[in-house]
Formats: sequence, C-alpha cells, structure tokens
Amino acid sequence: MTFEWTAIVDALPDLLQGLELTMLIALAGLAGGIIVGALTGALLTYGGWLAQAPAQVYVALIRGTPITVQVMFIYFALPILMNIRITATNAGILTLIINSGAYNAEIVRGALESVPNGLREAGLSMGLSFRKVLAYVIAPIAVRRALPAMGNQLVSVVKDTSIFLVIGVGELTRRGQEIMSANFRAVEIWTAVAAIYLIVISILAVSLRVAERAARLP
Amino acid sequence: MSMVEFKKVCKQFGSHLVLKSIDLAVDTGEVAVVIGPSGSGKSTMLRCINVLEKVSTGDLLVDGLSVRGSSHDVRRIRLEAGMVFQQFNLFPHLTALQNVMFGPIRSRGKSKNEAREIATALLHKVGLAERMSHYPSQLSGGQQQRVAIARSLAVEPKLMLFDEPTSALDPELRQEVLKVMQTLATEGMTMIVVTHEMGFARRVGSRLLFMDDGQLVHDGKPVELLSDPPSERFREFLKHVD
Repeated sequence: MTFEWTAIVDALPDLLQGLELTMLIALAGLAGGIIVGALTGALLTYGGWLAQAPAQVYVALIRGTPITVQVMFIYFALPILMNIRITATNAGILTLIINSGAYNAEIVRGALESVPNGLREAGLSMGLSFRKVLAYVIAPIAVRRALPAMGNQLVSVVKDTSIFLVIGVGELTRRGQEIMSANFRAVEIWTAVAAIYLIVISILAVSLRVAERAARLP
Repeated sequence: MSMVEFKKVCKQFGSHLVLKSIDLAVDTGEVAVVIGPSGSGKSTMLRCINVLEKVSTGDLLVDGLSVRGSSHDVRRIRLEAGMVFQQFNLFPHLTALQNVMFGPIRSRGKSKNEAREIATALLHKVGLAERMSHYPSQLSGGQQQRVAIARSLAVEPKLMLFDEPTSALDPELRQEVLKVMQTLATEGMTMIVVTHEMGFARRVGSRLLFMDDGQLVHDGKPVELLSDPPSERFREFLKHVD
C-alpha cells in the first residue's frame, strides 16, 4: 500500500476538533479529580471512621470496576435511577472526575502519611490549629511527594478520554473512527490519531517534569 | 504564681503507666533541668506541658490555663510554651528565615515586615545571620537546632521547653546549641530542659529534677544533688551518663 499523506491532511481539521473536546474533557476531569482526590485523601488520612468508611467504599468501588462500565452506568443507568438528563460529554467528565479522584485519593493519602509526624507537632506546638498546620506545613511537603505519582495519573486521565467513544462523545478517537469508516484509510488515520495523543501527552509529561524540578527542595 | 504546675498528673499509654502522679511547680525565671534514664517519662512529662500528650488524670496548669481546657485554651498554652525537639523538626520547604518568620505570621498574626524584623534579629542572636536563606538540608545539625530555637522564640513564649535538644548532635556541635540556651537562661527565660548534659545542668540549671520509672525522685539544687547524690539509684545513673 502507499501511505497517503493527503488523507491525513484532509482529516486534520476534524481530528483537531476532536482534540479540542478531548482536552476540554481531560482538563475538567483533571481539575475535578484533583479536588476530589485531595479531599478524599485527607478524609482517608485524618478522618474518623465515620468519614473514612464512605471514602474507602468509594475508592474500592471505583478501583474494582472498569472505567468503561463506570461511564456506561453514569450515562445510561444513572439518568433512570435519578430521573435526570445528562449529555454524553458531561457523563464523560463526571466519570473522569470520579474515576481519577479515587486513584488520586490513594496517592494523596500516601503523600500525607509520608510527612514526618514531628513537623505536625512543630506546627501544633506553635499554637496553630490543625487546619493551619495542614495548609502551611503538611500540604506543601505532601504535594511535592505526590507529584511523580500524580503525573502518571494525569497522563492516564488524558488517555482515558478515548473510552468515551462508547457513549458517542465526539472526542479524538471517535473522530478518527468516523473518518476511517468513511474513507477506509486505517493506517493513515490511526497513525495521525496516535501521533496527536503522543504529542499532547509528551507536552504534559515535560511540563510535569519541569514542575517537579521547580518544586524540588535543595 | 507558678508558670507550670503539675497536680497529681498521671499519663497512661494503653496499660503502661508512664507518669505516676507527678506533683511539680516551676516558677517564672527558673531553669529546671530534668534528667533520668530513658523510658523514665521525662519527655512525656515535657510533652504534656504543651499538650502534645494529653494527661490521663490529674491536672496541669500552664500560666494559669489548664491543659484539659478548651481547644482555644490549648492553643494559648502552646503560644506561651515554645518547644524545641530532639530532631529539630524544621520545615524543610522553608528557608531558615522563613522558618523563623512562620510563627509570628501564622500564629501571632504579624505582618510579613514585622515578622522579618523579628526573625532577622533572632537569627543574629543565635549566630546564623549568614545562613538566613539556607534551607534546613543545607545546614549542619547544630545550625538547624539553633534555627529551631529561634523559630520557637519568634512566637514570643513565656516558657521554653527543650526535649533532649543536643541528643541528635555530634559532640562537637553540641556546644553551639548549649551556648544559645545558656544565653537564654541568663536573660531570665523560664526553661524546662530534658537532657543528658550534666555540665549544662550544673552550670546553667537553677534546679535539677531526677526522674525514674515515671516518678519525680529528686528535686533540688544541681550542685548539691550532683556533689552529694541522695540515693543509690541516682548515684548509679550519674555513673552511666559521665
């Protein structure tokens, strides 16, 4: 076969539109997932059993089921159960937040637990409330320790957006599939789609590396 | 009024009784040095004062406030009782200057400029004016401990608690820390010092407390207790530390 570059050039505007949606979902998922993960991680670490139990159930539930099943549940089952309407894009975003939030929670818990207890005592012994100690002493150190593992998780979030083609979200992978089924240029289209993901994720990975280096303590 | 007053304080970890009915009053301006074998309850007693440990029974007043009081009272006690730890516990993400500025800003509500003035003066005082922008990991143990002392002083406590402040240091680094502590003592700071430094106890202490098995066994003038040990147990202990 011959590699038709023109097939890629023709597909590019459509693919980039898909990429736009992919990035929108990924960014919303990342941001929400970080917030949910930080809160859940703090509950897992410092909460009483009443707060810990639901947090543990949530994490176990999400880690114990495939993300594809989760998005199917949220898009098809949840509207029936709760009598609501949800768009495919919003279902995707919600799935990512809930899914990455659970994984982030475990990373956050590990990072919080790794901060030496003496630093907490040093903060408390100066008359600070635990909340302030958490904000000004524990969190800044925990964030640095969580960054490498968190980076992996963030990259996964971007790639996980491709799963939402199953509920018809017009993101990058779905666009590729649609174009391919019209022109049958599988090699060109999937090469292009893969290359776009690779570029985006490489940029993300490099930024994370830079952030990690900037935050590193002497 | 006493600065610190233990009233029949007991402390229990599980079924293990670490403090057995401690009665003790430390007055303003005293430098009380607490010695005793490891596991005798010295550190626990000290940590009860700024409520890093909760007393099990009895009561403990710090500057008139009970450690069993509201969380607001506890925070006020901690503002008045500065703590210096064996492992320094400096905040690793902050420079020496920022470590010392931390208390004034976060717990005394001072402005950054005020805090910087206080911190700069204190770092001069502990001899670290040249090291202000260094991070803890870039300082020697002795320097870290001096920063830690400055950090506690910056909160402007009425009382300083030292929990084996030189035990984690190489012998040649201990003197620089002890010198700072001696200066504080001569300035009239009320201090309770848990230590194995007998030289410091003799030179600087106004009072020596010997603890053994959760009890306060001896309480007196350092020179008198050390030159004429009142019990076989104490004599035995002194032989081991020297």
